[in-house]
Amino acid sequence: MSTQVPESVEEESTTETASAGKQKRDAKKRERAERVQEQREAEAAEKARSADDTFHLKVFRYDPEVPEKQEPRFDDFHVPYKQGMTVLDALMWARDHYDSSLTFRHSCRQAICGSDALFVNGSQRLGCKTQLSDLSEPIRVEPLPHADVVKDLVVDMEHFYDQMESVEPYFQTNSLPDGELDEQRQTRENREKVKMSTRCIWCSACMSSCNIAAGDNEYLGPAAINKAYRFAMDEREGEDMKQRRLEILEQEHGVWRCQTQFSCTEVCPKDIPLTEHIQELKREAIKNNLKFW
Amino acid sequence: MYEHDVIVVGAGGAGLRAAIAAHEEGADVAIVSKLHPVRSHTGAAEGGINAALREGDSWEDHAYDTMKGSDYLADAPAAETLCKDSPKETIKLEHWGMAFSRDDDGRVSQRPFGGLSFPRTTYAGAETGHQLLHTMYEQLVKRGIKVYDEWHVTRLAVSDEEKPEDRNCHGIVAYDVQTGQVEGFRARNGVILATGGLGQVYDHTTNAVANTGDGVAMAYRAGAPMEDMEFIQFHPTTLPSTGVLITEGVRGEGGILYNEDGERFMFEYGYANNLGELASRDVVSRAELTEVNEGRGIEDEYVHLDMRHLGEERIIDRLENIVHLSEDFEGVNPLEAPMPVKPGQHYAMGGIETDENGETCISGLYAAGECACASVHGGNRLGGNALPELIVFGKRAGHHAAGKDMEEAEITTGKVGDYELGEVDSPVELGEAGIGEDAVADGGTAADAGASASGADLVQRAVEDERETIDTLLEREDGIQQAEIRERVQKSMTRNVNVFREESALKDALRDIREARELYQDVFVGDKSRTFNTDLLQTLETRNILDIAEAITLGALARNEFRGAHWRKEYQERRDEEWLKHTMLSWNDGRPELWYKPVILEGENKTYEPKIRSY
Repeated sequence: MSTQVPESVEEESTTETASAGKQKRDAKKRERAERVQEQREAEAAEKARSADDTFHLKVFRYDPEVPEKQEPRFDDFHVPYKQGMTVLDALMWARDHYDSSLTFRHSCRQAICGSDALFVNGSQRLGCKTQLSDLSEPIRVEPLPHADVVKDLVVDMEHFYDQMESVEPYFQTNSLPDGELDEQRQTRENREKVKMSTRCIWCSACMSSCNIAAGDNEYLGPAAINKAYRFAMDEREGEDMKQRRLEILEQEHGVWRCQTQFSCTEVCPKDIPLTEHIQELKREAIKNNLKFW
Repeated sequence: MYEHDVIVVGAGGAGLRAAIAAHEEGADVAIVSKLHPVRSHTGAAEGGINAALREGDSWEDHAYDTMKGSDYLADAPAAETLCKDSPKETIKLEHWGMAFSRDDDGRVSQRPFGGLSFPRTTYAGAETGHQLLHTMYEQLVKRGIKVYDEWHVTRLAVSDEEKPEDRNCHGIVAYDVQTGQVEGFRARNGVILATGGLGQVYDHTTNAVANTGDGVAMAYRAGAPMEDMEFIQFHPTTLPSTGVLITEGVRGEGGILYNEDGERFMFEYGYANNLGELASRDVVSRAELTEVNEGRGIEDEYVHLDMRHLGEERIIDRLENIVHLSEDFEGVNPLEAPMPVKPGQHYAMGGIETDENGETCISGLYAAGECACASVHGGNRLGGNALPELIVFGKRAGHHAAGKDMEEAEITTGKVGDYELGEVDSPVELGEAGIGEDAVADGGTAADAGASASGADLVQRAVEDERETIDTLLEREDGIQQAEIRERVQKSMTRNVNVFREESALKDALRDIREARELYQDVFVGDKSRTFNTDLLQTLETRNILDIAEAITLGALARNEFRGAHWRKEYQERRDEEWLKHTMLSWNDGRPELWYKPVILEGENKTYEPKIRSY
């Protein structure tokens, strides 16, 4: 069970104007609501006790505003297991049954919104895509390393977004067809070439895993470089634009910072070959005879 | 107080397109969204974008398919607008660099989809929504459009004239999730709601956790009617433990459904003797649940979808994503074992009543995308028609709100012209529990600001109301928490207002919702922190779930027929003589008021005469 902010139950003061009848009704309703709530908590505890199988999670907790949580700590949660249960399912269960203040980002539950990258048993993973049964207990769930913690498992994403947006992350071309119904042609091979790079869901697992990014705050990082790769390799943009993109990428904190440790590639939940993309851009830059740092 | 010309609420496909369109027209536009744009659920769309792009196809054929698919409950001017605008909007995405799949000649690929007379579903692998969302966000970044992300919009600032048709929307109130601040956003020209789906009304849905129908509920409480809320699409192949969607493409490629006894029930029990697994979504969903109800389900819950016979090579080539989804979310490798599947809530055909320019009956208030009902989908949405709706109507709403001259809409909004009042036999009181006694989490009109109040005053007043509501929720030390209330409603909706609907169960649902409303009066937020308080956020969302659950159930109880996705045990036929009309629900002094308006079947060049919907 979680050790939460101690509850201080105080009598609610009722307004002087409220009629005695209303007070009585309100009190009755309140009683019912409390009864339902207590029953729920008892049932949750019973479920956890009687389940054939429970999983033990140790979850990082921190809240700058709550005195008991200003000093980071780990809370223990024992969650009843169901086939197919993921780390995200377990966190949601713990929040809904034990401690409603347990805080984490999540939305789609299917590895496409990129909200729930976490540090689970020492590596960056999406909570929704990680089966409990694949992990050893107790399962340590922490916020992504190398980012400021806002609260519990929520980290500040601003720096990541800034890097993503610094590489002109939008399609640019000077050769659009005239007609509003005319398509630009693209070969199947070229579409295939950029396909993996377009799968990025901006979860920032790669950035969090990267030692270089940890030491150099200005380093573009694997995700932003991959975003630039997606456009640089797209034949529809044309050669001039590619040149421009390579110039952005080989700035001081660009591709040449990468030391090919493959940590980003290892943690990417969409299996994007990030390190390879970075290496390819380095080769392109050399081919284009650009000066590099 | 923040101030912009146009404020867009929500940052999925419709919201992003609306913001770009308003910006194109020179408006100062901002997006306010409870998620960062790339987290929006548009990203989960798999199938594609229907657009008549090729020789041999025409917008007229697309419109015919859409009207027929809707079971004649779509309004022809809206459906025709969708089909006419979709080709150039789809190509616009290509010009913005979207990574569509390509044919050998380098043009964008199209494929066949259910209910279409031409293979016009334009796609990017099985991840069309993801590609669309990111392409559009790139365009937003390019234009430097301001986004207030992780700001949850809680209410609209709308004037309080008696008739909604006389009201004006002046802005919104939003809660900054990161800091807990409540702030007003004044919109000089208009507010566009693009808040997406409402699947969280059910406990088993393909929708994201964020899809709580916020925009629909907010607009409803401000006076804009909800339309055709009973029409909910249930997708037949979702994973039992999470509701994750397994695309129709699996059956399209030859996947087979089996019951516990290993029978291919679609044929063996005569559910669809011609099309079998490829019958329309509602038919397959009902067949699966019948198998389970009659004791032939697996673990009394689901059936099996088997694609092993397709061979690994073909599966990896065309359905790779499905292998990952099944392994990651169900722990089943579909190359080695059949996938467990059951029907899950997927899409809301109904929503905020709008015309084909996205405008509601309240001046300055617009809606686009899944939260809106123009109506394009009527009683049933065709696969591949949701994404074009986002870009076509998102753009129109953005242009209109920014002041662009547009053709006058043919669809009327609000209680004008030919409408009739309806009645429904509810076993319990409806609407707000204990009106006036408790203002907690009420939303909508900022009353009492006075007739002479300016737009800014109205917004300020709404901000103060919201601050009071939130303070009250945070100050309470005990009571009941939202998780319990939400779970009760979700379970009841799945049990009683699902694929099969019958009177007694619908009434049970209304009772459960009533009880939940009463419990909600004593809701309290356990987390007292102002920093990233998702407990508070969910508590505010749960209020929206209550209003929407009630609307869906009421509409379902009132509609005594079987049309599109709406099946009634007692009424097994479509009844055109009585029911060629939209179910409308207005929030009238805290209670839902039911009324109807006729469907428009007259198109530009033809009238869509109702026919039997068979494929």
